Amino acid sequence: MAIYSTNEFKGGLKIMLDNDPCSIIENEFVKPGKGQAFNRVRIRNLKTGRVIERTFKSGESVEGADVVDREMQYLYSDGEFWHFMVPDTFEQYQAEKNAVADAIKWLKEQDVCTMTLWNDSPLSVTPPNFVELSITETDPGLKGDTSGGGGKPATLETGAVVRVPLFVQIGEMIKVDTRTGEYVSRVKE
Amino acid sequence: MTKRWQPIADWQHLRLRAQMLNQIRQFFAERDVLEVETPLLCSATGTDPQLDFFSSQFNYPPQNPTLYLQTSPEFAMKRLLAAGSGSIYQICKAFRNGESGRSHNPEFTILEWYRVGYDLPQLMAEVAELLQQVLPEKLSVIEISYQQIFQQITGLDALVFNLDAYQNYALAQGLVDAAHLCGDDHALWLDFLFSHCVQTALTPATIWLIHSYPAIQSSLARLNSQDSRIAERFEVLINGMELGNGFYELADAEEQSARFDQEIAYRQQHGLAAVAKDPLLIDALAAGLPDCSGIAIGIDRLLMIASGSKTIDQVLAFPLQNA
Repeated sequence: MAIYSTNEFKGGLKIMLDNDPCSIIENEFVKPGKGQAFNRVRIRNLKTGRVIERTFKSGESVEGADVVDREMQYLYSDGEFWHFMVPDTFEQYQAEKNAVADAIKWLKEQDVCTMTLWNDSPLSVTPPNFVELSITETDPGLKGDTSGGGGKPATLETGAVVRVPLFVQIGEMIKVDTRTGEYVSRVKE
Repeated sequence: MTKRWQPIADWQHLRLRAQMLNQIRQFFAERDVLEVETPLLCSATGTDPQLDFFSSQFNYPPQNPTLYLQTSPEFAMKRLLAAGSGSIYQICKAFRNGESGRSHNPEFTILEWYRVGYDLPQLMAEVAELLQQVLPEKLSVIEISYQQIFQQITGLDALVFNLDAYQNYALAQGLVDAAHLCGDDHALWLDFLFSHCVQTALTPATIWLIHSYPAIQSSLARLNSQDSRIAERFEVLINGMELGNGFYELADAEEQSARFDQEIAYRQQHGLAAVAKDPLLIDALAAGLPDCSGIAIGIDRLLMIASGSKTIDQVLAFPLQNA
């Protein structure tokens, strides 16, 4: 695996830290004019998602992490694993619950998402920023209310629950921002 | 995408640079300090293990000598002082290899000056005066010793190395790497804690003059004649950013030569590029450096403060990435 020196540190670089794959968010070079130089780094642990701060002596080397993102299609779940496929090659991957985590609530079968692989094993799943899903359950709305003020909870076909404006009805398709979990708009069929 | 040939700094910042250089020259003209120029390409360079230099080869057979781009004009300026120049200043480029970041560019502009007959408090006063004159915002000045500010912010004594106390403090601050990085190296602990905890906690919009550095960080400063644990060195900071280091200059040729030897040995032990000590500087010191104090200030960082820029690139026409 590649070895990176601190002067190659930049946002997005994947390195190993405490035996976990991590992604550098921000790297700050700290150098007193007459003293030791450090690299102060904000880093995300890709297994836990936690963001931590660490310091390296400038010039130190760290092991790179074999982490790649691949587009995959979500196939189905067998209850224990979630199965995905690379569309071009038909390679299949099975991910555990902690890898699919919250992402799965935005995915229905056949949807395409980004799978992050570490040493060719599923590490995490990222849904598209926007998904279009139909509403399976929500209170009947009040006629004439188009303001969207207040809102009500709605359950989507994947099981996710989002707040929607009062005028949105069961069976309608809506667009949701998966990064915030917020309703964006209705989708015209 | 911006076009790579275009400057990074906007015109306002480039005009501010020209204006500041004018003000600085005016400041020293009024005080009768002589502007000088010394070579950037020299046959020797500093031995400081913390400063990495650029070296080049002069194609001039048969020797094809190695020439070094200077990390600061200090040595040549001290030779002028020893030759009887009186107080001098210089505005020039300085080069430091391997330094690139939010407030570092490997090539940068330095203002270096020496005041013959000045002690450190006198030079500190002049630094504050200059900064107040060239910065658009009127800043207050705080003078404090390294030991005091270290104590105020961390509760630790910088002059007395207490590994347990240092470690516990670092852990309480969430700095889990400190113990592993610094081991039992007192100077390294001070560098670490000062840059991570002290610098970041200094009140902004204030000129901080932090003096009486621990002797283990004396660099090219004299030791205090009353207390050998501290050096006649100060650092000037604004908004947590180091602007420059001032020294009551070491004039003892033997002491200087011994410190060079220590640094050369350190370089060898740590696998750093080998350098020889500059014989011309040693000779100049032996001939007699007048009692003087000197400081180098980073002009680009001063411009960052004057313009409210977050990165050094914002005040450089062509920073490293498109130089």
